[in-house]
Amino acid sequence: MDPLKDSARAIARDVNARTTSAAEVAEALIPHVERVDAQLGAYLELTPGLMRERARAVDARVAAGEQLPLAGVPVAIKDNMCLMGTRTTAGSKILETFVAPYTATAVQRLLDAGALPIGKTNLDEFAMGSSGENSALGLTRNPYDLDRVPGGSSAGSASAVGGFEATLSLGSDTGGSIREPAAFCNVVGFKPTYGRVSRYGLIAFASSLDQIGPFARSVEDAALVYDVIAGKDPLDATSVDREVEPAAGALREDLRGVRVGVVKEFGLGDLDAASRAVYEAAYADLVRLGAELVDVTLPTAEYGLATYYLIAPAECSSNLARFDGVRYGLRVDGADVGEMYERTRAAGFGPEVKRRILIGTYALSSGYYDAYYLKAQKARTRIAEDFARAFERCDVIVSPAASSPAFRFNAKSDPVTMYLMDYYTIPGSLAGLPSLSVPCGAALPEDGTRPMPMGLQMTTPLFTERALLGYAHAYERATMHAEKLTPIVILSPPPVIPSPTTVILSLSKDDQR
Amino acid sequence: MTAPYWEAVIGIECHVELKTVSKMFCGCPNEFGGEPNTKVCPVCLALPGALPVPNAMAIEYMLRAGLAFGATIPPHSKFDRKNYFYPDMPKNYQISQFDMPLTQGGVVRYWLEDGTRGECRLTRIHLEEDTGKSTHASADGRLAGATSSLIDFNRAGVPLMECVGEPDIRSADEAVAFLETLARTFRELGVSDVKMEEGSLRCDANVSIRKRGATELGTKAEIKNMNSFRSVRRAIASEIARQIEVVEGGGRVIQETRGWDEAAGVTHSQRSKEEAHDYRYFPDPDLVPIDVTADVVERVRATLTETPYERYARYVDTLGVDSKRATQLVDDAALAAWFDRAVAASDGKAQAVVAFVLGDLARLANESGTPLAAGKVTPEALAELVALTSSSAINSKAAKQIVETLWSEGGSAKAIVEREGLAQVSDRGAVEAIVDEVLAANPKVVADYKAGKTNVMGFLTGAVMKASRGKANPSLAQELLKEKLAAR
Repeated sequence: MDPLKDSARAIARDVNARTTSAAEVAEALIPHVERVDAQLGAYLELTPGLMRERARAVDARVAAGEQLPLAGVPVAIKDNMCLMGTRTTAGSKILETFVAPYTATAVQRLLDAGALPIGKTNLDEFAMGSSGENSALGLTRNPYDLDRVPGGSSAGSASAVGGFEATLSLGSDTGGSIREPAAFCNVVGFKPTYGRVSRYGLIAFASSLDQIGPFARSVEDAALVYDVIAGKDPLDATSVDREVEPAAGALREDLRGVRVGVVKEFGLGDLDAASRAVYEAAYADLVRLGAELVDVTLPTAEYGLATYYLIAPAECSSNLARFDGVRYGLRVDGADVGEMYERTRAAGFGPEVKRRILIGTYALSSGYYDAYYLKAQKARTRIAEDFARAFERCDVIVSPAASSPAFRFNAKSDPVTMYLMDYYTIPGSLAGLPSLSVPCGAALPEDGTRPMPMGLQMTTPLFTERALLGYAHAYERATMHAEKLTPIVILSPPPVIPSPTTVILSLSKDDQR
Repeated sequence: MTAPYWEAVIGIECHVELKTVSKMFCGCPNEFGGEPNTKVCPVCLALPGALPVPNAMAIEYMLRAGLAFGATIPPHSKFDRKNYFYPDMPKNYQISQFDMPLTQGGVVRYWLEDGTRGECRLTRIHLEEDTGKSTHASADGRLAGATSSLIDFNRAGVPLMECVGEPDIRSADEAVAFLETLARTFRELGVSDVKMEEGSLRCDANVSIRKRGATELGTKAEIKNMNSFRSVRRAIASEIARQIEVVEGGGRVIQETRGWDEAAGVTHSQRSKEEAHDYRYFPDPDLVPIDVTADVVERVRATLTETPYERYARYVDTLGVDSKRATQLVDDAALAAWFDRAVAASDGKAQAVVAFVLGDLARLANESGTPLAAGKVTPEALAELVALTSSSAINSKAAKQIVETLWSEGGSAKAIVEREGLAQVSDRGAVEAIVDEVLAANPKVVADYKAGKTNVMGFLTGAVMKASRGKANPSLAQELLKEKLAAR
């Protein structure tokens, strides 16, 4: 067994069978992550003490006869989720010193299931971004090309799993923040139906869109996490009280009889030739597995971005009002409380966060509410209705997960260009649908030296996670694209300019010097 | 105080803290006071990631409150965020209700001390959450001169209902009567303590004036910081007088917020409309819409009983109790319930019952510190006593004695009468014998009487009562005394 490479399922099986222990897994992971993360920067903070403590607890529970679904599985937590006793920063200066005094429900469910927390991962500040570059606290690199972004906003959670620094991780997805970085980092990223997973303890960006979900190196592992974290939480009024059908044990191997919807408005024409070829091959693979391709239309999908960039900022402008320097986090004193607010928020928030607070405040203000926020809500309803109509003709909708593979740092300085990265993911978010990205191949970017991974987005009707994971599993097992790429994991000394010739692939303990 | 030419138009808005077990959106205890920041949690401190979950009991209390005033309960309701920055409001938005309140409409019927009655329509009652409390670190606790402020979040998140009244009120006295009726009703419904001194009832008044007979509203000022019914009365009266003075002096009332200065007895300008907030209301995405089914409304409605106003009206209109005494009864729900049982047991002799209840029994209750309803006297025993008195089976002196005995021992009035031999002697022959005895024993007094000193009659009656050990029918005794003296 190799805890750095093994699947979550395999690790849990071995720990439950006591052929290995959670403590051994922790001891293998801790030094590995400490070294590798110096290159990737996936983590804002490592929690080796907590990891060891949880490992001892897991081993004791297993010794007492318990079988835990995630026994001894190393997980990384996006740093917008509270984990008691750890710094929880949301990637922002305003929360740089905030230590969470409680644990988010989804995180607690992972811990209760036997998972071992490795650390808290980097993100675009308050989960606002599509590249990871908006973090105020660190730079996270793509494990497949260190000059490229890992995607965002769940940058560290995607990078950590893609770079074998964690077996699993939790991310949050508001408009694509799980699916896009999953595609960039060659991993599975899964956003369940809105309301399936409790948001309690997740630092809110846009409450009506935010949803926690897993990153994993296989669909099966993602399903395992989903089974653990999904379900009604009395602490989240928007969490849905609806039975969760366990998915991990019910994954299918083929797509016979499955109607796969290809969205007219999500045509591949805007992609470069290499990317287009990847998706054309992916669609062909679906057919090969027995699926029938069906043309569907989402006429209002083109309004997705505009709709999203009213609703999400509006909610964020209110959600982020609590960061005021009064009770916790950064405080910059002023002559009176008003000046203290202004100075604290001016110093504490980065430019993208400020931009969205301003947009949202404007959209909600008296006289503009009807024209912006209310109209956006109506558009949102129309988009959801379009999806519902499309699902009358198909079982699952497929599309690219992102508009391109991972791009170079600083390549997209214009905010709108960056927003366009989420063109494919946002409509499903607005409709609250379960959606995932599964690795579907790689394309060499025009400015690149290595082929970069790409993701196929699959989206299904509300609360059909089990079916969705089943389709993705069938595709993944038939294609095994993730395994065709190897992450660059550079050990010391770090080169100034990474290039393919400096690659030292190391995934086993023996190679670590 | 209002010059006859002017009419005041007053609308009251009040905030009432609901007496639920826990806070509105978290499990923290909803209790007044305590060490600062001991009744707090991630939710009511607005820690990152914390989410609100609505308190179902608070919603039921709202329905109770609304239905008691005949409000409509819309089938759909929701919570909205009211956005503004304030240090004692942890989220910097208040969860409130904007355009879909839990209750709409309704009427508050009230009465004044002198027995006149009035009514004020309610616009709505909506549900929201309270804020924390700031204490400013200056010599006098005021913001001016303070270098820092301390915040206690124990109150943050306490459920608060905001009752918005229509501008139907025309005087300071009516405003107080309206508030008193609200307070009595909420207290009796069990939805709030309604203590102004603890801040569980807080109110603002919108005051304007217009020429009597006019239909258009004048420009209003919103009066805040009234901390007792007394200050509500004084503040509104003072504001009406101020506005009349302004207008009669050729000036114009401006729309503004004015704070009541209790010590100075005047209102001061605080904030003009130009500085008003844009609250940027929008539906709270952390909370799902509230559906109130007809079944729930009917279930809550079925729990409602007579309101204080209805009781007052019944006492005055049906039982003939005077307004002051009716108010005394209505102000003590347990006493009123006891009174109702006694009236029922006494075949409707409400006047006699109320005389005992608010007379001797109230005195005894007051002296002992035990409320009547918790004491040994049963309504049935009082009913017996009333029957004995009204049939002249006992005299008033005996009645007083029986009340005392009932208070200390309980039991039946009849049994005490028998045991103590307190039955009134109305037998003419028996009383006549005692009268003869008394007259024979007091020749000097008799002589005085004959000499014109008729005021000795009191002494002679007393002597007859004494000789009969209090049992003689006093009016019969007097009648016989007069007869016998006249015959001498």
